[in-house]
Amino acid sequence: MKNILEIKDLSLSLNGKKILNHINMEIWEGYVHAIVGPNGAGKSTLASTIMGLEGYRHYTGSIYFKGEDISKLSIDERARLGITFGWQEPARYEGLLIRDFLKAAAGNKNNDFISEQLERVGLDPEEYADRAVDKTLSGGERKKVELASILVMDPALVLLDEPDSGIDVGTLDKMFEVIKEQKKKKRTIVLITHSLAVLKQADHAFLFCNGEILEKAVAKKMIPYFKDKCIPCKHKNIPDKEGVRLE
Amino acid sequence: MNNINLAKELAQITETDDIFKQPDIAHIFIHHHKVIQSHLLPGLKVDVKEFEDHIEVNTTVEKNSKIEKPVHMCFGMIPETGIQKMVIKNEIQENASASFLSHCAFPNAVDIQHIMDGTITVGKNARFSYLERHVHGLHGGLKIYPHSKIQLSEGAHFYSEFELIKGRAGFIDIDYEAFCEKNSVLEMVSRISGKEDDKIMIRETAHLMGEKARGFLSSRVAATGRTKAEVYNKLIASAAYARGHIDCTEIIKDNAVVSAIPIVEVNHPKAHITHEAALGSVDSKQLQTLMARGLNEEEATDLIIKGLLS
Repeated sequence: MKNILEIKDLSLSLNGKKILNHINMEIWEGYVHAIVGPNGAGKSTLASTIMGLEGYRHYTGSIYFKGEDISKLSIDERARLGITFGWQEPARYEGLLIRDFLKAAAGNKNNDFISEQLERVGLDPEEYADRAVDKTLSGGERKKVELASILVMDPALVLLDEPDSGIDVGTLDKMFEVIKEQKKKKRTIVLITHSLAVLKQADHAFLFCNGEILEKAVAKKMIPYFKDKCIPCKHKNIPDKEGVRLE
Repeated sequence: MNNINLAKELAQITETDDIFKQPDIAHIFIHHHKVIQSHLLPGLKVDVKEFEDHIEVNTTVEKNSKIEKPVHMCFGMIPETGIQKMVIKNEIQENASASFLSHCAFPNAVDIQHIMDGTITVGKNARFSYLERHVHGLHGGLKIYPHSKIQLSEGAHFYSEFELIKGRAGFIDIDYEAFCEKNSVLEMVSRISGKEDDKIMIRETAHLMGEKARGFLSSRVAATGRTKAEVYNKLIASAAYARGHIDCTEIIKDNAVVSAIPIVEVNHPKAHITHEAALGSVDSKQLQTLMARGLNEEEATDLIIKGLLS
């Protein structure tokens, strides 16, 4: 397995609270990974830190992308290396047309390619290209537009934060279809989730709790534990004393 | 330069060259205080009086007339200095409909004043839209005073849009006041980009005087450099079921300063007015989303502003 991303001894505190606690992880190139765990476990914080988002840059430890230490790089510099991020709730832009929003991610790719990506996420380019990425779009449509912009960019590594949040079953199926296509293209995807349906799309999973990785395993092994122990667990990000070894 | 060449130059600057070839599109071109080209259609009357220090233009869309395609009006001055003062009266008579697209071009302005003293009357059940697009040069030596009084009769619909995105705003002082009778609908939108030391003042007032009159005032300002922008939107509802909304968004960069003062006044227990305003830097999530697609901060900010002003 070749690592596309390596995280070494990563710790991050926000407002005096330690959110990420000495994280070490390796993300294999060409696989779909899931980072699962309860709310507040630190999953989204980790993804935001990898992307270098505002407020998530004061960490200790290192992040390597394709062997290069990206710790000091800005968001756009990381993006130009091939990392991108899909928000749980995508941004809205008053007046900005979907066509222009997608073009921004396109680099040298042509308009046909942009239209194809809209179609791939289930949006008719004729109907949508000239609409604005604003509040007139439903939550599901905005998710699709964001996904299309990621496809247009065609990065090596995609971090998707809660990809099932606020969307209907049809949209979710379309998203899963796209994830499978991306995997076939050897793109690497990291899904941040606490949903079993999303976890099932992954090859490999990391279980997060209380800012730490409790376990890493193939997703199939992680599913029963996550379903039976993690989801019903009433503790608040305090690791299960019985341990979570998934032998 | 003769009138034909002047008209051609203004048309080129405002990207309206095509209209000369289209007989079903009415147009009137005014340079300084002189009409240099015009083409009218049935139902549209234009009466012009030219003076040395100003020009009066009375436009009438006759009762029950429907002008299908936008009437293009082009006002401008090619020289670097001067004053263009216009007294404009637009009357859209009962049941008529028309849209006017005004292009205002001052591409070489170093010290120019453009004074527009307008009156707009929209008759019973008539519909009128007035879009004013400014094309300015890069010097910012302009003072623009678009002032208008608008009267909407029962059931009238009026939409106005003021757009100043290309070039420097210079000093701009918009002052519109509208009086809306029963069942009338008013929508006024302004989109302005300020750069360097531009000064922008927007004052829009609507009196929702008639039952079920509706009004919407929207301002979008992007202020960069040392621009100063002040927006005063005022809605007064004084009749049953009058409804209104004020919406102001101003984005700032660099050392710009913006302010927005929405004033809402309701004088009837069955009237309702709302307002919202957002002022400040570019939204962080919007910015970071575009940066996560590879745009640098400057490129991302420009795209967000372009969208806001589009």
